[in-house]
Amino acid sequence: MCATCGCGTGSNTIIQLAGNEHQHGDHAHTHAHNHPHGPTARHDHDHTHDHNHEGQKTLIDVEKDVLNQNNMLAQRNRGYFDAKNILALNLVSSPGSGKTSLLERTLKDLQGQMEFAVIEGDQQTTNDADRIAATGTKVSQINTGKGCHLDAHMILHALQGLKPAENSVLFIENVGNLVCPAMFDLGERERVVIISVTEGDDKPLKYPDMFHSSTLCIINKTDLLPYVPFDIEKVKLNAKKVNHHLEIIEVSCTSGEGLPLWYNWLKSKVLLPETI
Amino acid sequence: MHELSIVMSIIKIAEQQANAANATVIEEIELDIGTLSGIEMGALDFAWDQAVNQTMLQDSIKKVNRINAKAICMDCNTEFVIEAYYDSCPVCNGHLLDIIQGKELRVKSILVS
Repeated sequence: MCATCGCGTGSNTIIQLAGNEHQHGDHAHTHAHNHPHGPTARHDHDHTHDHNHEGQKTLIDVEKDVLNQNNMLAQRNRGYFDAKNILALNLVSSPGSGKTSLLERTLKDLQGQMEFAVIEGDQQTTNDADRIAATGTKVSQINTGKGCHLDAHMILHALQGLKPAENSVLFIENVGNLVCPAMFDLGERERVVIISVTEGDDKPLKYPDMFHSSTLCIINKTDLLPYVPFDIEKVKLNAKKVNHHLEIIEVSCTSGEGLPLWYNWLKSKVLLPETI
Repeated sequence: MHELSIVMSIIKIAEQQANAANATVIEEIELDIGTLSGIEMGALDFAWDQAVNQTMLQDSIKKVNRINAKAICMDCNTEFVIEAYYDSCPVCNGHLLDIIQGKELRVKSILVS
């Protein structure tokens, strides 16, 4: 039983640090709490219940946000990040847009300038964590099993093993999926959506939830622009239609073009003290 | 596909509330779901049928209030119903919108006995 959140083991989610130190899987569960009511049933503690007798119906005004539990845990993560001055970024995209390549390149290029930690989210394998570990960065892999997104609870447990340093930057690479991760706050300060030029330039319109909830959009693989029918001005226009606050940076991890803009964005966020 | 996680959260909230009221049956559940909440109703219904098995919601009537999304244009102050984030203002065609309604995703009430 986990002392932090009361969850037990036995779910399909596996969290492990690179180097094969295992953490227990996380899984939320509740226990139905039923009291027997009858001549033989005894209560040895003093409390009252609203009793519903047969045939009597009661309307309970619940008025509770379905994502309430996730949002509360996300706020806990956010408090942890604030206290340690950790810049947490949630990286989201479809599979194959180059999230891991962008991270590898960033970790190598900014080595010594900032301290980093990474949480990798995938359904299966530690392939991405292995790639990140090869750069010398602390990394924890979350395998969601059949899950299509990371949630705040998984991040809470990954943080317990990862223990990112104070004043560091934490990259959380979400499961490659432009739909489901949009709904789940992880406690990040910024959400970064990545799209590559080999995808359609109408992607912001097709997956508006993700572009609406992000603060930065990185357009990757710009070195391939001469070979693909991707209209970069059109994608920017479409993204701005969905979210007029969205910042856009164009990069190529292969040629390095545009990367200084991304690095400057990162540095500006690290220097910016969180205002409450 | 996240609809399954959403249904699991709904079951958890409803059962907690029903247990707290010492009820044994949830006869009805009422949900508020905005059109911009990110929920695909077909996927929710599909996940619902699978997930409520052997829970207190197994035989409950599910009522869904679909809440239409509304926005105010920040350029001309027009209030209007939007269907998607990329809709433009019907008066000035602008995209600077403040969304004021339609992201709801909550358990409104349960009827227990």
